[in-house]
Amino acid sequence: MTSGKQKIIWSGIAVLVLIYALFPVASILSTSFKAPSDLTSGKFLPSSGASTLENYQQILVGDAQGLFLSALRNSIGIALIATVIAVVLATLCAYAIARLDFPGKKIVLTTALAVSIFPVISIVTPLFNLWRNIGLYDTWLGLIIPYLSLTLPISIWTLAAFFRQIPWELEQAAQVDGATTWQAFRKAIVPLAAPGVFTTAIIAFFIAWNDFVYGISLTSTESARTVPAALAFFTGASQFEAPTGAISAAAIIVTIPVVLLVLLFQRQIVSGLTQGAVKG
Amino acid sequence: MSTSIKASKGTPATRSQRRRPHLSDRAKSERRLGWYLAGPAFIVMLAVTLYPILQAFWDSLFSLRLTAPDDKAFIWFANYVTVLSDPVWWRDLGVTVIITIVTVVIELILGFALALVMDKAIKSLRGLLRTAILVPYGIITVVSAYAWFYAFDINSGYVNHWFSWIPGINPDLNWFAEFWPSLFVIMASEIWKTTPFISLLLLAGLAQVPGELTEAAQVDGATWWERFRKVIVPNMKAAIMVAVLFRTLDAFRIFDNVFIMTNGAHGTEVLSLLAYRTSISRLEIGLGSAISVLLFVCVLIICFVAIKLFKVDLAGTQGGKS
Repeated sequence: MTSGKQKIIWSGIAVLVLIYALFPVASILSTSFKAPSDLTSGKFLPSSGASTLENYQQILVGDAQGLFLSALRNSIGIALIATVIAVVLATLCAYAIARLDFPGKKIVLTTALAVSIFPVISIVTPLFNLWRNIGLYDTWLGLIIPYLSLTLPISIWTLAAFFRQIPWELEQAAQVDGATTWQAFRKAIVPLAAPGVFTTAIIAFFIAWNDFVYGISLTSTESARTVPAALAFFTGASQFEAPTGAISAAAIIVTIPVVLLVLLFQRQIVSGLTQGAVKG
Repeated sequence: MSTSIKASKGTPATRSQRRRPHLSDRAKSERRLGWYLAGPAFIVMLAVTLYPILQAFWDSLFSLRLTAPDDKAFIWFANYVTVLSDPVWWRDLGVTVIITIVTVVIELILGFALALVMDKAIKSLRGLLRTAILVPYGIITVVSAYAWFYAFDINSGYVNHWFSWIPGINPDLNWFAEFWPSLFVIMASEIWKTTPFISLLLLAGLAQVPGELTEAAQVDGATWWERFRKVIVPNMKAAIMVAVLFRTLDAFRIFDNVFIMTNGAHGTEVLSLLAYRTSISRLEIGLGSAISVLLFVCVLIICFVAIKLFKVDLAGTQGGKS
């Protein structure tokens, strides 16, 4: 096969994959620019001359502002805090698993596995009842705690896989060369471990950012409701108008961070997701 | 918690037995440090899952509605009898099983194709393809559900207009007014969103197939299909099994897409939605807890079957979902 022919075939395949991966995003992006009167046109793109920023105005500075911006703040805050806590706990845990010899290593890893396949909805009912009794219902903390059940297990597995590949002898070598314990750790180990920790944080953030079940079950007002949950409660500008445009615009805004992270850190995310899957 | 997994893997008993006679101080302090570091994560994981499921089991033994908290009464397993004798439970279980089987089968095929494409792609395209694949992986499930919903919706959609040449599709077709069309769109959005995950797990498996084996088969004149079936697949069986098990368990708890698209209308309700509707909407905590526990038992059964019958080795691999 000539390389020219090969290139054409691969370009064709690449176009197919791109359409597969990006078409639904393009679809909702296009809907987000449609004016209310244009929504029922039955066309993919907004009618010529009818594309509008109205929907974005509505959720960022208009009527739906209160609903959307508070949800965005909640989503960012809660997902980031849940990610940081999970990554800190998982870093300590994965370090112990990769580096130290102690009984119960397998139990910790197996527990992480079991927690990650746990049906989320089974945790919701008891938490709903408990949170209402102790005042955690509809608060940030009331979501951060259950989010750990999503972010912590995968963080432990991914980081343990990363840490197993670090050549820890470097630390001793640095110490032999006269570095103090702290210097050896900071200069030799941190630069090797940091990419893994960072990648794990991205994956954990995606998972927390995606949550819907906890978001709608454990919140009731704007004080803690996250974006995915808020989207389900959007209403149109008037009672007779479907919130299609506003929901699409909001959907695009919360997709931007995902696309940015993917564009910037594609290599790290793929290695994080596949490395943990390889037997270590 | 999941004893079936634990039992099959066993604790590192051999190692600790071997060292039991006399632990050096160094080994002792290493053990202690190990638990100091791993302990907090371990305790948090138990606190956010084991405790709630035990609480759910306890609550499921009571007749308890939050609208009438004073009528709380201990009724043993009556809630389970109520749930299991209700056709709604069995209908929702059926819908959940259909969704699980259909999506996992299609995702496995599609995911394999994508994994092969990512694995074999020429260098200049590799980054582009992987970046594109990660978009559905990272996107919020609710956003994906709305994207598919609006595309098919009779008012705001364009699918009816685009595909009106297919018999049965016309501008008046309301996809979300009937069981099978709604289920079709729900499954399509689920497949779109989660195939990248399965394909990345398979990509990791492909990397473990020894290159010499496929080359040797090629030299021996095996066709591409023979190489795939006789060399590649058997050598990455473990990765396939794990990918299928994780996706099965993930598909079994499907909730977001169904909630957004139909909210269970026209018989499309799934088990997670039933649990949500019972506990959160109707505030039937006793009954809802029973459904939660039953769902958990279903997951345990799936795991047990996978591990005992298909010998899936979970402990060597990683799980996760998005």
